Amino acid sequence: MSVTDQKPIPKRPSSFWSYANPVKFLAFSERVMPALWWLAGICLLVGLVWGFFFTPDDFRQGSTVKIIYLHVPSALMAINAWFMMLVASLIWIIRRHHVSALAAKAAAPVGVVMTVIALVTGAIWGQPMWGTWWAWDPRLTSFLILFLFYLGYIALWEAIEDPDTAADLTSVLCLVGSVFAVLSRYAVNFWNQGLHQGASLSLDKEENVADVFYFPLLVAIAGFVLLFLVLVLYRTGTEIRLRRTRALMAREART
Amino acid sequence: MTLSVKDLSVARGGVPVLIGVSFELRAGQAMILRGPNGSGKTTMLRTLAGLQLPLSGEVHGAEDKIAYAAHSDGLKSMLTVEENLTFWAEVFGAAGISAAVEAFELHDLRDRLAGTLSAGQKRRLGLARLLVTRRPIWVLDEPTVSLDAKAVEMFAQAVRDHLTAGGMALIATHIELGLAEAQVFDVTTHRAGPDALAGASDEAFL
Amino acid sequence: MKALLRRDLALALRAGGGFGLGLAFFLIVTVLVPFGVGPQSELLSRIAPGILWLGALLACLLSLDRLLALDWEDGTLDLLATSPLPLEAALLVKALAHWITTGLPLVLAAPLLGVLLNLPASGYLWLVVSLALGTPALSVIGTFGAALTVGVKRGGLLMSLLVLPLYVPTLIFGAEVARRGATGMATETPLLMLAGITLGVIALMPFASAAALRVNLR
Repeated sequence: MSVTDQKPIPKRPSSFWSYANPVKFLAFSERVMPALWWLAGICLLVGLVWGFFFTPDDFRQGSTVKIIYLHVPSALMAINAWFMMLVASLIWIIRRHHVSALAAKAAAPVGVVMTVIALVTGAIWGQPMWGTWWAWDPRLTSFLILFLFYLGYIALWEAIEDPDTAADLTSVLCLVGSVFAVLSRYAVNFWNQGLHQGASLSLDKEENVADVFYFPLLVAIAGFVLLFLVLVLYRTGTEIRLRRTRALMAREART
Repeated sequence: MTLSVKDLSVARGGVPVLIGVSFELRAGQAMILRGPNGSGKTTMLRTLAGLQLPLSGEVHGAEDKIAYAAHSDGLKSMLTVEENLTFWAEVFGAAGISAAVEAFELHDLRDRLAGTLSAGQKRRLGLARLLVTRRPIWVLDEPTVSLDAKAVEMFAQAVRDHLTAGGMALIATHIELGLAEAQVFDVTTHRAGPDALAGASDEAFL
Repeated sequence: MKALLRRDLALALRAGGGFGLGLAFFLIVTVLVPFGVGPQSELLSRIAPGILWLGALLACLLSLDRLLALDWEDGTLDLLATSPLPLEAALLVKALAHWITTGLPLVLAAPLLGVLLNLPASGYLWLVVSLALGTPALSVIGTFGAALTVGVKRGGLLMSLLVLPLYVPTLIFGAEVARRGATGMATETPLLMLAGITLGVIALMPFASAAALRVNLR
């Protein structure tokens, strides 16, 4: 049986939700991905080169401060990736759009890599600053717990054969996990007041890093956001193709 | 009291198996489902029992009225026959298990642990559970597996009594139960063709 | 609901394993710790609250895979799902039965094992209080893990991976109560937090567990 009798794709998208159609989503993501790859690459290159070579050393921390251009953006994306998975899981539970569930699935490994980058760069930064690779500081500990949540989420996806069942169960886990991640954050704060400095970026700019570090950091963050986006789009596309192959094979088997 | 099913489609593992099933069952009526293995009998019965959602279509009059029995009876081998039955009677808010014990001749087995029963005896106990639920619609999936001829007659009698008392029964079975008045529903006539994709979980990907 | 509780308790008593296994595990963990960290009594008395909490937590985890798996295999869950009892209530009752057969014996045994670890005298009361307050949360959260993984063959390891991160807040506050109690510090704040978590989890978690179980029954 051929694939030509697929449903016609609506010419003009009537709403945001029309991208929930996998075919439509694939067409769209393939159109925007090259531009996104370039943008992400340029932002990362500019942000990191600017940050590494064209900013002064910190008067206290010396050149070690420059790891901030990897550490802060990856930490930010580690949390935001989970948040994106939460939103995607909610969309799957409420509206049953397969693309949403697959996007959540696709984001998890990216998020876990971001978490590992944040943890490793944190350790490398912490060694000269605090004199130790690892301290049970609340922020570090929270990230370690977040890492465990990612592992559990991915493991559950892998363990369940039926894709819809897996999507449902991982969505429930993501919801419950989010609540417990926040709880753990507070619990860990209570458990140990730590070494870690306050937030590097905030809107009220009271405690922010100085401008010379700030602007390249913003560019690096933009690069990480774009990289995350394009990786998730790419991986979602792969997941959609996998499901499509499965569906085609199932149909083949029935004829 | 009627169980009415309109244009029901059901899926197994995301693949539609039955499409456009419609029927009506009134008090005192029974229906036998027939069809080869894998034709969707179990899926349809589970859908009617509310254990899975239909792809499309409506089921009226099933809510909180169905007693479901399938291949596994939910019996605990470390509890006695009586304890097993009493448990289900209490869960379903019914009192007394004596009628059920009598109908399936479990009297001599009352104090035996369910784990020590033979396959046929276990099956009888599982079917006796239907009586203690006091639910009007029996949804049974291959109820006579491992029953001998005498036990099958016992079961058929229980079904007849249930129908006479105004109950209903939906039974998927291969053997003749001697229910003369039962409708027969051949699921193969509603089998989903290979092109039937509406509602399949993979539909959006094709 | 009472019938389900009675049945689960009767099964735990008769099939064995329920009461005994968790307790034996708790004992062994506690005995092994001094072999690992050395016999200095001041060190042991310092880490005793944490070790006892961790041992209780692991003993709880160990018995979780029996919580729903047996009822899943013999079809009881299917029948319960079609019964008048809401699945949320059924799961809460099963968590309660799990607590009575696993959590409660651990709470009662903890002071005895505290002696082995040289727990300071002021710590016994708070150890028991914190365990009594915290172990119900462990059972309820564990039920959620069991409901998620009930359809997975040999899902025990997977369940541990899913459940242990969820145990973090309970463990932190519970062990904090025991530790502060042992060193004579004020225990109100962590105690209130622990109670809050337990109550919140009892109120909300059964809904998540039932949702997961319904998906698995489908």
